[in-house]
Amino acid sequence: MTEFWEQIVAGLASGGIYATLALALVLIHRATGVINFAQGEMGMFSTYIAWSLLYTYGVPYWGTFAITLVISFFGGVLVYLALIRPLSRGGDIAIVIATIALLVILNGGAGWIWSPEVRSFESPFPIDRIEIGGVGISWQDLGTILVSIACVIVVFCFFRFTRVGLMMRASAQRPGTSRLLGIRVTLMLAIGWGLAAMLSAVSGMMAAPILTLDPNFMLIVLTYAFAAAVLGGIDSPVGAVAGAYILGVGISLLGTYWDYVTGAPELELPIALAVLLLILLFRPAGLFGRAVVRRV
Amino acid sequence: MTAGVRITPSLVARLVVLAGAIVFFALAPLFMSNFRQSELVLVGIYFIAIIGLNIVTGYSGQISLGHGAFMGIGAYTTAILVTKYDVGQYWTIPLAGLIAGIVGFLFGFPALRLTGVYLALATFGLAVAFISLAQSTRFEGYTGGGGGLALGVPTTPYYLTWSIALGMFVAAWLLLRGRLGRRLRAVRDAPVAAVSSGINLALVKAIAFGLAALYAGVAGSLLVIRTGFVNYLTFPVLLSILLLTGAALGGFGSLGGVLFGALFIQYAPGLSATLPHVPKESAPSVMYGVILLIVLFLMPGGAAELVRRLLGLLKRLTGPRYSRRTGERVVS
Repeated sequence: MTEFWEQIVAGLASGGIYATLALALVLIHRATGVINFAQGEMGMFSTYIAWSLLYTYGVPYWGTFAITLVISFFGGVLVYLALIRPLSRGGDIAIVIATIALLVILNGGAGWIWSPEVRSFESPFPIDRIEIGGVGISWQDLGTILVSIACVIVVFCFFRFTRVGLMMRASAQRPGTSRLLGIRVTLMLAIGWGLAAMLSAVSGMMAAPILTLDPNFMLIVLTYAFAAAVLGGIDSPVGAVAGAYILGVGISLLGTYWDYVTGAPELELPIALAVLLLILLFRPAGLFGRAVVRRV
Repeated sequence: MTAGVRITPSLVARLVVLAGAIVFFALAPLFMSNFRQSELVLVGIYFIAIIGLNIVTGYSGQISLGHGAFMGIGAYTTAILVTKYDVGQYWTIPLAGLIAGIVGFLFGFPALRLTGVYLALATFGLAVAFISLAQSTRFEGYTGGGGGLALGVPTTPYYLTWSIALGMFVAAWLLLRGRLGRRLRAVRDAPVAAVSSGINLALVKAIAFGLAALYAGVAGSLLVIRTGFVNYLTFPVLLSILLLTGAALGGFGSLGGVLFGALFIQYAPGLSATLPHVPKESAPSVMYGVILLIVLFLMPGGAAELVRRLLGLLKRLTGPRYSRRTGERVVS
C-alpha cells in the first residue's frame, strides 16, 4: 500500500507541473480564443533566463524566481502586442500558425543563445525525504505540489476578487461591451498573456530540476498540458487543473501497475493520448466543460 | 467531372508553366551531380507531402500538425515490408500510401468531430506520440526500436520520385477542381450551408484527412527508399512544422505554390547555415519561424498570392490606362 501512496504523490507532483501550464493554456484560450502552441517554449525560454541568472550572475534562487516571473510577464505582453493582436483580424488559423512560428523561434533561439546541450537546473527544495504516515515523500515532490496549488489559488483569487481580474473576465467574454464601459480591452488581454507567460515560467522552473534543461524539455510537458486542458474542458480553469492532476496520477499508476508499460515508459504518452481521444468521443467538451451549442 | 475542362487563357498559361517544369525536371539530371539529384529527390518528397497538407489545411481549413507522423507511417510500412517480408521496395510505395491513408481516415473521424483547435491539438499529440511509439522497445520486433531499420544502400530514385510527384499533382488538381474540391471549399467557407445542402461534414473532412495522409505516406515511403534507413529521429515534430511552413509559404489553397514551398524547405537550411555566428542546429528553426511570421504578416496568401499580385501589376502597367478623373481611356 505504501508504494501506491508514493506513486500517488509522485503523480500529483508531475500533475502540478502540467496543471500550471494547462492553466496558462486555458487563460489564453479564454482571453484570445486560440491555442498557444508556444506556451511550453515560453516556459522553456523563461527557465533558460532563470538559469543564466542563477549560474552566470549568481542570483540566489528565490530572487531568480521573482525576476524571471517579472521578465516573463513582460515577454508575454510583448508577444501579445507584437504578434497576436496585429494578426487577430486574419482569423484563428493565422494566430495558431503564428504561435507555431513562435514555438520554433524560441526553441531554436534557446539553442542559439545557450547552446543545445543538456544542463542541470537547481531545485529550491532539499533532497531528503520526510515520512507522513509511513509514506516517504521527497521534498521535491511536496514543494512542486505546493507551488502548483499556490499558483492555482493566486490565479483564482486574482480573477475572482480583484478589479483587474473582473475587467479581464469582462474583456474576454464581451470585448465590445467592455470597451463601451471604458475598459481598455487590449491592455487587459495583454495582461492575460503576461500572466500566462508567468505561469508557464513557473511550470518550466518546477519541471527543469526533474527533467533536466534542454531546448526540447517542455515539449512533453506541453503535450500533457494540452491533454489535461482538453480532458478538463479547454474553457474551464478548474477542469484543466483537475484534469492535470488526474492525468499525472493516472500515468504514475499506469507505469507502476501495468507490467506492459512498466518496462517501456515511453508508451505512457501514447496510451494517455489514446484514452483522451476516446473520452473526447463521448464528452467532446471535456469532463468539466459545458457543451456549447455549435452552429454545425 | 463530366462537365469537362473549359479552356481559358489562365488554364493555358498554367499548362505552359507545368510543361516547362516537366521539361526542366526531366532534363535536370543530365547536368547534375548525383549529390544534387539526391537533393532534388528530397524536394520531390516534400512536394508530394505538402500537396497532401494543402488538401487538408488549404482546402478544408483544418490545421494538421501531424503530417510528419503520417510520413513516418508510410516510411515504416515500406521498411517493415522490405526487411521482414522481402517485398520489392518499389512495390511497397502504393501500400505505404494506402496504409497511411487508412490510418489517416480512421484517425480523422474521431478527431474531426472536434472543431478547429482540437484537431490541431490532436494532430500535435499524434506527432509526439508517433516518436514514442517508434522508439518503443515493445515493438522492437517490427520497428527495430530506437535503432531503426536499415534497407540497404541509399539510392537516388530521381525519375521515380518526380513521376509520382507529377502523377499525384495532377490527381490532386483534378480532384480538387471537381466535386470533392467544391465540397471541401464549401465545408471550409460555409459549414452551415454545406450541411444544409446535404454534405456529410464529418465524412468529407475525414476523406480530406485520409487523402492528405495518403500523400504523406507515399512521401515517407520514397524517403526511406532514398535514405535506405529509418528510425524515430527521421520524423521529429519539427518536420511537421516544416511542412506546414512550406505549405504556408507556397500559399494555402493553391497547388501551384507547393513546388516553391518544397524548394524552400530543402534549400533554406543550407542558406541559413552560411550565416556567420549561428550554430548549425538552431539556425534553420529560427529562420523557418521568422519566415512563417513574415508570410503571415506581409502576404497571407503565400507565393501564389505574390505571383497573382505581380501579374495584376503587370496587367495594369501594360494594359490600357484609364484617366482617374474622367474614367476615359488615355491614349499616350
